[in-house]
Amino acid sequence: MSRPSRLHIPHPSARPGEAPDFSYLRLSAAGTVARPDPSARLEAMTPSAMELSTELVRVLDDEHRAVGPWNPHLEPAELQVGLRHMLLTRLFDERMQKTQRQGRISFYVKCTGEEAVSVAAAMALEPHDMLFPGYRNQGLQMVRGQPLVALMNQLLSNTGDMCKGRQLPVMYHGSDARLFSISGNLATQFPQAVGWAMAAAIKGEDHIAASWIGEGSSAEADFHHALLFASTYRAPCVLNVVNNQWAISTFQGFAAGESPSFAARGPGYGLPGLRVDGNDFLAVYAATRWAAERARKGHGATLIELVTYRVAAHSTSDDPARYRPRDEAEQWPLGCPLERLRQHLCALGEWDDARHAALTVELEQQVNAAWKTACTFGTMTEGPKLDPALMFEDVYETLPPHLARQREMLQAELAGSSAAVVSGDFKQNTGTGA
Amino acid sequence: MPQMNMVQAIHSAMDVMLERDRSVVVLGEDVGYFGGVFRATEGLQRKYGEHRVLDTPIAEGGIIAAAIGMAVNGLRPVTEIQFVDYIYPAYDQIVSELARLRYRSAGDFTAPVTIRTPCGGGIRGGQTHSQSPEAIFAHVCGLKVVMPSNPYDAKGLLIAAIEDNDPVIFLEPKRLYNGPFDGQPDQPAVPWTAHAKGEVPEGYYRLPIGECAIARAGSELTIVTYGTMVHVAAGAAQAVGIDAEIIDVRTISPLDTATIIASVKKTGRCVVVHEATRFGGFGGEIAATIQEECFWHLEAPIVRVGGWDTPYPHAFEWEYFPGQTRVANALKRVMGEAA
Repeated sequence: MSRPSRLHIPHPSARPGEAPDFSYLRLSAAGTVARPDPSARLEAMTPSAMELSTELVRVLDDEHRAVGPWNPHLEPAELQVGLRHMLLTRLFDERMQKTQRQGRISFYVKCTGEEAVSVAAAMALEPHDMLFPGYRNQGLQMVRGQPLVALMNQLLSNTGDMCKGRQLPVMYHGSDARLFSISGNLATQFPQAVGWAMAAAIKGEDHIAASWIGEGSSAEADFHHALLFASTYRAPCVLNVVNNQWAISTFQGFAAGESPSFAARGPGYGLPGLRVDGNDFLAVYAATRWAAERARKGHGATLIELVTYRVAAHSTSDDPARYRPRDEAEQWPLGCPLERLRQHLCALGEWDDARHAALTVELEQQVNAAWKTACTFGTMTEGPKLDPALMFEDVYETLPPHLARQREMLQAELAGSSAAVVSGDFKQNTGTGA
Repeated sequence: MPQMNMVQAIHSAMDVMLERDRSVVVLGEDVGYFGGVFRATEGLQRKYGEHRVLDTPIAEGGIIAAAIGMAVNGLRPVTEIQFVDYIYPAYDQIVSELARLRYRSAGDFTAPVTIRTPCGGGIRGGQTHSQSPEAIFAHVCGLKVVMPSNPYDAKGLLIAAIEDNDPVIFLEPKRLYNGPFDGQPDQPAVPWTAHAKGEVPEGYYRLPIGECAIARAGSELTIVTYGTMVHVAAGAAQAVGIDAEIIDVRTISPLDTATIIASVKKTGRCVVVHEATRFGGFGGEIAATIQEECFWHLEAPIVRVGGWDTPYPHAFEWEYFPGQTRVANALKRVMGEAA
């Protein structure tokens, strides 16, 4: 008997009050996915492009060993640097979240549990490569050496703010550090990164671009434009989809149409797609290296899906307990990226609890000292303030007459002057001509 | 001096800039091998190579996003959106990204992108090939919006747009590509060779963005207009027999209000004319400015003439188009108002 057609409405595996269920995640054992030649044509890859995009590239196994063909064989010193960046990112996040709760900054976005997707990738790229971050990639800012005070000044919209008070907190930028300006509009940076990479190729440079978006924003047309242009011109870039399972309250099944893989979008566009354990520092590093090498050798872009979990709320304005089980993060099967790298270093005999405690204290002090310095540039409630007249600058390269006029009007308004604020051909002007 | 039609003048501007500046690239749908559906880029790919004149996928959002990325990486992209009616998929990249990149990064990043795009009707394009959406770009801070009305201005302003460090929406009234159309489709077409502004230097020159031109000096009434309507308004004023001062706005944003205000204070009467729909149209901004700045100099209400507030209908193109009759009626009404 036939039925009328019905919509399929996707539902997450668990909502509040239900038991967390990650059985939908397809997990491969560490070391089991083969690593193709980065120069291989898509059709000639072993394993096949489809396998690469649906299996899960993992290096760290349950005994904290680095195993398999994707092991990047990093020196312990490099791993320690990675751990330091990830720990700094986490401590910075925790401190800034607290300042938001104290009413010192208006808004914040944490990346708890997702530190590796930024830190490992940035370490795997070259300093001259251009990064197009999203708003949950603070690890990129850390690796590229953005001063903590500069980041905090941006969060405070104070007199030291790189954005001159124009952007919501966390929308950093840094042309010297080759970090593109973060937009609040989702996925816009993805095709822009491809354009940047196209320009690098047009100019004959070997710099590549890399960008990050969330799995939710892969639903935007910009995602598809990025993949299409990257594929059409073989633009040298690395396109990362951070699949942290949640787009505010919407589970990842919406953006993917409940397909088990975002990486699998790649082969449809003629691009390799790598599905990677995003909480495995070594796997993220190795996958990024592979894609970067492929891009630099002229074989074009790679789509990388970084499978991770958004432990934090979407932002300080969000309460995830309203849409997902409270204990879901604890049940996440891929663990914590910091903890896994720490355990790996310990297993190598290159780290221990005492060193970890000492590093934590050192970085906490660094964050605290930076916060004290940042506050001297002003906070929302005290200290020096930005000149509101700055709002008229940088709309255009040079100030057009109407903005010059409006700046004068604002200054008169702020000075409490009612005279000559309102422009117009009022009666007393009659006969005075132009 | 060589004679050029508007397509040739626009082609010449890109040719000159591709030659002068290695960072200039041209990209868009059909602009490369084929040379563009209006032939504005004909031969440029053969001359400058496939890396500087690029055919793109049919994805306007992708074109503008890629251009932004290219500009951030030191190029000066000149994009073509084949018809402005197709620009809307790129609206987010234009409004949220291109227009505000300098602002949001406090000048750390800029994107000198030019967006060339044919606009306007009168070519039997129906509602998807005839629009004049200048107002929705003029409303966006950070964009410059230019619409030339003749070949000489088109070349000089396009070169200025390409050299500008801010993004420029460069609207090309396509009914003017081949001649100064004055709104009378039944009359024989007049070519640019018969027009003074069809004389265009071969080489480099630029005209200032942000300045109106006085297309015709006059004393009785000011017509503020741009694009195709400059020629329609001139025809209507002549038919009515009034000594109109015709201001060709040329740059819609930032607007040169000083020239407009000075003219209206002189004449005391003003009709604002554009091809775009009237409601919420750019004419409202012009009229409001005149009202504020020229109130006691006005002898009559400011009247706006535009397309009707409907989509541009294929079968009723000339009933829709604000032709000489509609403009002339407005001129007569404003002149008839007793001082």
